[in-house]
Amino acid sequence: MGTTGLPTNITQGSRTKGGIGESTLRPDGTLKVTGEFAYSSDMWHEDMLWGQILRSTVAHAEIVSIDTGEALATPGVYAVMTYDDLPTDVRNYGLEIQDTPVLAHGKVRHHGEPVAIVAADHPETARRAAAKIKVEYRELPVITDEASATAPDAILVHDNRTDHHIGHVPHPNIVHRQPIIRGDVAKARERADVIVEGEYVFGMQDQAFLGPESGLAVPAEDGGVDLYVATQWLHSDLRQIAPVLGLPEDKVRMTLAGVGGAFGGREDLSMQIHACLLALRTGKPVKIVYNRFESFFGHVHRHPAKLHYEHGATKDGRLTHLKARIVLDGGAYASASPAVVGNASSLGAGPYVIEDVDIEAVALYTNNPPCGAMRGFGAVQACFAYEAQMDKLAARLGMDPVEFRRINAMSQGTALPTGQVVDSPAPVAELLRRVKAMPMPPEQQWLAAGEAADVRELPGGLSNTTHGEGVVRGVGYAVGIKNVGFSEGFDDYSTARVRMEVVGGEPVATVHTAMAEVGQGGITVHAQIARTELGVTQVTINPADTRVGSAGSTSASRQTYVTGGAVKNACELVREKVLELGRRKFGTYHPAWATAELLLESGKVVTDAGEVLADLVDVLGDEAVEVEEEWRHRPTEPFDLRTGQGFGHVQYSFAAHRAVVEVDTELGLVKVVELACAQDVGKALNPLSVLGQIQGGTTQGLGIAVMEEIIVDPKTAKVRNPSFTDYLIPTILDTPTIPVDVLELADEHAPYGLRGVGEAPTLSSTPAVLAAIRAATGLELNRTPVRPEHLTGTA
Amino acid sequence: MRVTFTVNGRPQEADDVWEGESLLYVLRERLGLPGSKNACEQGECGSCTVRLDGVPVCACLVAAGQVEGREVVTVEGLADYAKQRAEHGGCASGACGTADAAAGTPLDEARRRAARGTDSHTGEGTELSPIQQAFIDAGAVQCGFCTPGLLVAADEMLERHPNPTDADIREALSGNLCRCTGYEKIMDAVRLAAARQSEGV
Amino acid sequence: MDEPGPPHTIWLDRNHSETTETKKRAGQMDFLRPASWEEALAAKAEHPTAVPIAGGTDVMVEINFDHRRPEYLLDLNRVGDLYEWEVGEETVRLGASVPYTRIMEHLRPELPGLALASHTVASPQIRNRGGVGGNLGTASPAGDAHPALLAAGARVEVESVRGSRLIPIDDFYTGVKRNALAPDELIRAVHIDRADGPQQYSKVGTRNAMVIAVCAFGLALHPATRTVRTGIGSAAPTPVRAKAAEEFLNAALDEGGFWDNGRIITPSVAKQFAELCSAACNPIDDVRGTASYRRHAVGVMARRTLMWTWESYRGDAARTEGVA
Repeated sequence: MGTTGLPTNITQGSRTKGGIGESTLRPDGTLKVTGEFAYSSDMWHEDMLWGQILRSTVAHAEIVSIDTGEALATPGVYAVMTYDDLPTDVRNYGLEIQDTPVLAHGKVRHHGEPVAIVAADHPETARRAAAKIKVEYRELPVITDEASATAPDAILVHDNRTDHHIGHVPHPNIVHRQPIIRGDVAKARERADVIVEGEYVFGMQDQAFLGPESGLAVPAEDGGVDLYVATQWLHSDLRQIAPVLGLPEDKVRMTLAGVGGAFGGREDLSMQIHACLLALRTGKPVKIVYNRFESFFGHVHRHPAKLHYEHGATKDGRLTHLKARIVLDGGAYASASPAVVGNASSLGAGPYVIEDVDIEAVALYTNNPPCGAMRGFGAVQACFAYEAQMDKLAARLGMDPVEFRRINAMSQGTALPTGQVVDSPAPVAELLRRVKAMPMPPEQQWLAAGEAADVRELPGGLSNTTHGEGVVRGVGYAVGIKNVGFSEGFDDYSTARVRMEVVGGEPVATVHTAMAEVGQGGITVHAQIARTELGVTQVTINPADTRVGSAGSTSASRQTYVTGGAVKNACELVREKVLELGRRKFGTYHPAWATAELLLESGKVVTDAGEVLADLVDVLGDEAVEVEEEWRHRPTEPFDLRTGQGFGHVQYSFAAHRAVVEVDTELGLVKVVELACAQDVGKALNPLSVLGQIQGGTTQGLGIAVMEEIIVDPKTAKVRNPSFTDYLIPTILDTPTIPVDVLELADEHAPYGLRGVGEAPTLSSTPAVLAAIRAATGLELNRTPVRPEHLTGTA
Repeated sequence: MRVTFTVNGRPQEADDVWEGESLLYVLRERLGLPGSKNACEQGECGSCTVRLDGVPVCACLVAAGQVEGREVVTVEGLADYAKQRAEHGGCASGACGTADAAAGTPLDEARRRAARGTDSHTGEGTELSPIQQAFIDAGAVQCGFCTPGLLVAADEMLERHPNPTDADIREALSGNLCRCTGYEKIMDAVRLAAARQSEGV
Repeated sequence: MDEPGPPHTIWLDRNHSETTETKKRAGQMDFLRPASWEEALAAKAEHPTAVPIAGGTDVMVEINFDHRRPEYLLDLNRVGDLYEWEVGEETVRLGASVPYTRIMEHLRPELPGLALASHTVASPQIRNRGGVGGNLGTASPAGDAHPALLAAGARVEVESVRGSRLIPIDDFYTGVKRNALAPDELIRAVHIDRADGPQQYSKVGTRNAMVIAVCAFGLALHPATRTVRTGIGSAAPTPVRAKAAEEFLNAALDEGGFWDNGRIITPSVAKQFAELCSAACNPIDDVRGTASYRRHAVGVMARRTLMWTWESYRGDAARTEGVA
């Protein structure tokens, strides 16, 4: 962990072993290494059926007819359902705008849209039956970009929109538009000694979590359904599922099954409603597991974007203004597009002081695959563009790119283009300084092993493309700003139920939340918080389900903050009750019960001076103390629809990267040698998990820099590479060492001073790699991912 | 068709197997061994890595009928496999000697172990192989979906290569994708297991 | 709070006898398990549509993703000969199913080009299962072994109940994913001359491991005949040789007395060789790369592999040959 002479942490440490600040190990670790941990795809139920989804083979078409007869007649098939079989009038769902049909009705709007569902007694039977459903399409022209979306005669992707954005968008094929206007750009431009412009293109990234969408729906005797599923937000799913099934929410009982990664891709529904429909129709448990091909169609992706940026600066390196336009392709359905627009616009200027700003961000409706949440959420695309701009400006001014950033770095107290004054540490310059100060990896590492070149250390790796020929090293830097938590006035809360009792002669805390543990280690942290607050060593974490209140989503870097905050809050309330119990039982024996500040530590009630007053076992006796309570962070407010002004985000998170790459300049192949990161985490509740988040996020940023892209045919809007053969994510041979310098500057508004960690590293990693490749090649490179053809003039 | 083979030292029989089923499907859906994960079904992720007659392979690309009479080790059997190897001072695979079928853990016993007590969901007290323990200790597990395949691959690499260089580790694990960790903690885990192994801990 | 236990304990408690009711009605397919080569040939003669499966690394992907539902799968795992190789005085006879891992580990001195190519195949797990028989049977232009086999001048031993024949590799690839096999024939082995000079292999992918070739290049120097052979993968409808480039280089090496004097190949010769190799490509644009890039990259690989092999021929092996 890094140390600092800057403001100190508000640490509420604990002398109870396994509390916050320690790298305690995952409670599910043993299950996960023995193969016993049950992921959603591992579930099994006696008599269960397999569900299969038939998806559209075209992107935009009217459905002329659907013939399910032959499929239904297939032996082993129990049900085939189409739009006509939906049980209620609620036939759409959506995170914010209910524009997504459960099953296509009259029209399909993107390649791979669900048209019909089948339940059968073997997955192969279900596949064969689905293949026998005859769907006749009448194809429509496809809308694939801003020009085709807003053309005068453009077909509307959604007719008769009634959502709350339609009133302020310039065209019905625009989901949402958010300007951020501050100062006077025209005037500021006159002060600029240099102006740089750039047009940037950001490819469509897939979350590519390894555990495909899956779940098991079990019909219940009361007419309801029990759903075991991998998701990011149980209660949001529930709110969307129940009305479609025509069931009250208490009859749809959801339990989180093991989640094989998420990264935003499980924020929207996938197979949930389909499995429930089939289970209720057949009266049998139904399991649906997507394969990898289907997974590429089964969840939203990161919005591809086109970004136009213009920055000005004075000769001495101070930014004068920013004018930017960010066009995000939301695809066929809204998903999280409005919030992504909010982030891309409000964070579009990056972590810099710029007084005069004019940013506009829009998300389009097109016939491309729907896009929504993915780690970094709008801020990633913007960071790629503004960081490229910073390097261009520095180059134009003949300045060192890190020094140029330092001069313009924001800090605590800076007013962002939204007018929001950042009221907690924003150590942008310090992060850059630290990442630059880290030791450089040795030159020509491929010769380190001996005389012969070790191709594994070279661009091309095992493919043996170079033994050093054409290889040039480059170094690049980037820094980014990400919001933490839900923004723009959203009521962002979580709920925790904490219980304390004596079990087997020992005080035990039980924590029950609906937080989706998707791998991030939230349950590890909950146990740590309970230990710290309640002085116990044994903590039981209940499975997440809908029998407890909502925890909000495992996204937006928010769970340690918000559900962690809720657990802390509930623990504090339990502690008060326990102390009250203690005062009633033992208060007369020692005056400190009434006068001192009391803590629970190592199974005992102690005074702040360390004097032991009682054993928790004795205080609790046979009683159990339990609290369920919602907890909220400070409220935020919506951005003004014309100016974008407002206290929109509750917290900001910052990371900086230095990338060192070797580029085979002749073949256009890249080896990232090292990706160093410095990040402020406020307070590392679990330092090991913090590193895991930073290194994982960094690697996803590396992926979008050099290899990851869903390729959509612009003529047909069909996905061309829905497989792990052609959608490539980094292997261990593509991933460099990732040294991390963690800074802990407390945010006094947040529990324990913590700062959300998960997303910031995904922002700056990509532009740092791109900057390094530019440094090695001298090329402008205005798109990501950068492919060999872009580096060799053969695109 | 019927397929009879040995899994984690225990004879297994699967009936009415569809000819197009993979070893992975049979393990997961017919034998109650879902530890091997299905993440891509095309040999591009390594999540289903098992040992087939001692050799790491993608179970998704082995046709069920091809394993007739052969020996498979999955993550569920890794701890026992490693234990036998340690006890016999070498390799526990069928490739290097005869595995003692009777020494495998019966499935029922493994289940009882999993279901034991209220702490069952932490799995505490379960005997682990060195590589499994190292993955936990080093923080190499996040969502854990890639973990079973990585463990089988890493364990086999350490069997062949007790003191690997970083490049050796990366090459040996280059067929196993992980989306959560950025691989750094996985590298730490393998180094840790190698170090503990060479210290004889 | 009822039932504090985790949900998975319920689901792990399976009773497998209940699951076995599924019938073959799902997708009609027969799984043939010949115990010997003769049985395999007989089965293939009886069922010419049977799809041979050995490593499964191509066939199973197609079955898993519903791209293929053959009537018969012909499992070759039980045919022991296919996993054996013989190193003769002149030639290696390599069983069709010998895994790439074995080729890398055991045949590098005899078949250096193919050993290098084997090392670029997919992942360790795939290399443990797949062999050249699969590459040849599938005959995808992206198969990693092809350029090395072309450069080495391999012969493919195929057999049916009617008899056996050796197909020169130059005649083997007949179209996109098509080969010279008759419907009743199976690939038994590949005959490859033991290397009489340096061989190299390069493959471009957009990832540093586990990647399908954007394009690939194999080059073998044959000092015994004073010839050079090449192979190009993924840059034409079939794997191809760059014959004009070979002829040019053979002539240039001959004229300059290079084979005897061991001089450094002049940049202009290397450049022209590279250009002719690029010209031998007939690539397409696809999601893995552009046609233009493929042509370019083949040229770069041609030049580099020529330099590496030639340096090696000149006796300076240690410095230029890659390891790993």
